[in-house]
Amino acid sequence: MQRIGVFVCWCGSNIAATVDVKAVAEAAKGQPGVVFATDYQYMCSESGQTILKDAIKEYGLTGVVICSCSPRMHEATFRKAAESAGLNPYMVEIANIREQCSWIHKDMEVATEKAIILAKAAIAKVQLNKPLVAGESEVVKRALVIGGGIAGIQTALDIAEAGYKVDIVEKQPTIGGKMAQLDKTFPTLDCAACILTPKMVDVAAHENVTIYSYSEVVDVKGFVGNFTVQIKKKPRYINENLCTGCGACTEKCPMKKQPNEFNMGFDKRGAIYIPFAQAVPKLPVIDADACLMLKNGKCGLCSKICEAHAIDYTQKEEIIEERYGAIVVATGFNQIKPTQFEEYAYNTCPDVVTSLEYERLMNAAGPTKGHLQRPSDGQRPKTIVFIQCVGSRGDSCREKSYCSKICCMYTAKHAMLTKDHYPDTDIHVFYIDIRTPGKNFDEFYRRAVEQYGVDYIKGMVGKVYEENGKVMVQGSDLIDNKQITIAADMVVLASAVEPDPSARSLGTMLTASMDTNDFFTEAHAKLRPVESPTAGVFLSGMCQGPKDIPETVSQAGAAAVKVIGLLAKDKLKNNPCVAACNQSVCNGCSQCANVCPYGAITYVEKEIRTPEVREVRRVAEVNEAVCQGCGACTVTCPSSAMDLKGFTNRQIMAEVDAICR
Amino acid sequence: MQRVIDKVKELLANGVADRVLAWKVGEFPYDRIPGVFKDDLDGLCYDSFSACNLSKYLINETKKDGRVLVLMKPCDSYGVNLLIKEHRIDREKIYILAVPCNCKVDIEKIKDSGIKGIIDIAEEGDVLKINTVYGQKELDRRQVLCDKCLSCQGKKHVIYDEIIEDDEQQNIEKTDRMEAVEELEAMSPEERFAFWRSELSKCIRCNACRNVCPACSCNKCIFDNTDTGVAAKSNADSFEENMFHIIRAFHVAGRCTDCGECSRVCPQNIPLHLLNRKFIKEINELYGEFQAGEDAVTTGPLTFFTMEDAEPDVVYKKGRD
Repeated sequence: MQRIGVFVCWCGSNIAATVDVKAVAEAAKGQPGVVFATDYQYMCSESGQTILKDAIKEYGLTGVVICSCSPRMHEATFRKAAESAGLNPYMVEIANIREQCSWIHKDMEVATEKAIILAKAAIAKVQLNKPLVAGESEVVKRALVIGGGIAGIQTALDIAEAGYKVDIVEKQPTIGGKMAQLDKTFPTLDCAACILTPKMVDVAAHENVTIYSYSEVVDVKGFVGNFTVQIKKKPRYINENLCTGCGACTEKCPMKKQPNEFNMGFDKRGAIYIPFAQAVPKLPVIDADACLMLKNGKCGLCSKICEAHAIDYTQKEEIIEERYGAIVVATGFNQIKPTQFEEYAYNTCPDVVTSLEYERLMNAAGPTKGHLQRPSDGQRPKTIVFIQCVGSRGDSCREKSYCSKICCMYTAKHAMLTKDHYPDTDIHVFYIDIRTPGKNFDEFYRRAVEQYGVDYIKGMVGKVYEENGKVMVQGSDLIDNKQITIAADMVVLASAVEPDPSARSLGTMLTASMDTNDFFTEAHAKLRPVESPTAGVFLSGMCQGPKDIPETVSQAGAAAVKVIGLLAKDKLKNNPCVAACNQSVCNGCSQCANVCPYGAITYVEKEIRTPEVREVRRVAEVNEAVCQGCGACTVTCPSSAMDLKGFTNRQIMAEVDAICR
Repeated sequence: MQRVIDKVKELLANGVADRVLAWKVGEFPYDRIPGVFKDDLDGLCYDSFSACNLSKYLINETKKDGRVLVLMKPCDSYGVNLLIKEHRIDREKIYILAVPCNCKVDIEKIKDSGIKGIIDIAEEGDVLKINTVYGQKELDRRQVLCDKCLSCQGKKHVIYDEIIEDDEQQNIEKTDRMEAVEELEAMSPEERFAFWRSELSKCIRCNACRNVCPACSCNKCIFDNTDTGVAAKSNADSFEENMFHIIRAFHVAGRCTDCGECSRVCPQNIPLHLLNRKFIKEINELYGEFQAGEDAVTTGPLTFFTMEDAEPDVVYKKGRD
């Protein structure tokens, strides 16, 4: 029988206001094995920890139950305190009476009853706890950054500057991401290319950085400090070592009718193309779906023109395997195509564009060389209506529930830039609310209203339709309480941002959790905002939630610091709560190995001696350094040969029994 | 029948194996039990009563030296693949003779038809000639077929080394195997609960279902293992007792070949196969058609992950139906 101490925390009023903590301590005293029980205002404080340490020594405790907040919060704190008092840290169990009890109950009586039950379950479990000892594993001193937009570039640069090797995997042929497509950036209106392209060059030239462009992560195995990642390098059909980036091939290509993705399809590119002038790496890529040579073996013009003999139609995709200590997700975002919002006529009217499309139409390097022309007839629009919150902040299934955060600012920017170029343009902005918290943000917006005279209309747009060559916008003006119709030449939709679709499968590969919108979740919304709950996986930029460039760059730096902190360690303590196989009952059926996401289970032929049998048979063996204690094997094993240390089937059954008793 | 015995003799004479696992006449003239024969094939029998699935017996047979010749009906061959896949039997140590099957006869149904005091049964085509202490009786075998045969998976052998070609025409009307499951699904949760409580309350825990099941092949069953804490639990009360079958169904989910032996051997006639078929139906709906034991390599859908897999919320969604 263990000698158990139970410590009930008030957490100020967080627990004590809803749970009768004294009653919980009193009830615990009657449980088998409990030799000491008490309550205290803040168990996690220094004096709370002292109570724990003193009790361990005074009562010779062999097991401890802390009734407090979630183990995610302070399990490590209490384990450390117990260890310093000479108790094995894995003899400490947490009963979560805050998140799972006091916070969700209003009635003190039922909350107290539940807290007592949770305490009893933890006491029943700790009866069966065994001391565990953690092993160590080495840290691979190399980081992987997935995504080469501004977030990925900044994170990679910061890690590289600290002296660690870092690889960027970018699925597009060039790094740069969405920022490369922008014209000017709020609130200071520097040109995006002027501040981004030097960074692109820096990161590519950095001795510690390797860029895998036109590549994707296809498999991730391993765990914090020791991930093994497979990177699929898609064929460019260009020999990167020979190509000089002269671009002669792109000029001669006869298939010049391909929509140019970089310019949002407003102009055309060849089947062989360089995405944009400042692309890094500055190498062409062949679009295999458009290239005549790759489709039916006829043409080969680019190959003939290339003096460097760099065109290689036989190139195949390549799988590169590399080991990393840390992984940063920087997969970014896309602006949704508002095709499902028929009221805005995006599908039918060419002069209704998204704001990212508008960026290209304004950009000096864009399809119109910076001259604002409406897509339908190339005329300069005299009246432009901007509609905000398209697909954001909604409650129907076609809309995102969240605020896309950047639209208020870039719409003010679009309005001012347009007015700068063409002061006689009439600009109207339909908005629900204007959200401009941020340094110099509100001043920026006010400048649009006060100095530029942009007409801000509080209200939603009900309908956009074409009439006599005009784009008619019908909406409500809530301030004047009337319906208005504006005859515009062009409409710009600030449609919602959403995580890149590649994030979902990546999240699964990394076992990193995501929210319902497919944004990656952080380990703690406030205290660990750049870490994923999965150890060794970090978050940078829009993949975690909508944010603008200044915020993205700050978060990118923060993620880099976390990575550097991890890579600076030579060894990491392993989790000792790993699987173990009772080989005397193992069938060797391989089901556990099938479900193991870490490849931690192997099989050996071994002589088994039990009172019933003595034979050589195939049994499972767990590699404790590789096992992450997920428990998938334990629930798959039909004969319960696989068990998880610290969470054995018996311990869990004991908890269930205690709850049901 | 004679074709089978002749083939066995020939194969043993050729030395493909040193013994044969087949059906043997048991205590009563219509009993067919698994038997291993070496030189003397006296008592080896393959006829309408050879219903039992021999695949599981290969686990112990292949632990012995030498190679064993085994007779396999189509539905039993799935079990062989399952056991090979799970490394429970060594393919090298067996030689499989695939034997044709035109459904098996259920002796209980013969008795239920009012025929008592059976001395002997002979077959002539579809006619069973039953010699009883009360005289000669005749019965169309198609009226007394095993339930499991009425919705079996057909005449295909999925694994064999040699095959005795089927020269009989299939003349039996089959039913959809999911029909009974759908009837259960159509019940209200209360009705269904009452149905299973009633059926499972008949269980005497003889363990026949478990012992015959080719998917229940653990070296040590959790219900026999005092370390699991489950063994004693299941005796605690009548509801826990019922859980034996539910847990067993979970353990064989994704691995059950639907051979129907569990229900056939149940002395209390509990339709245990319906639990397994419900799982098969769910798996087919959620992960695409899957037949356990179709081959000896494919990893089952429950121990394999693809991006297209059902998300956990199906439990919630299905639970609402």
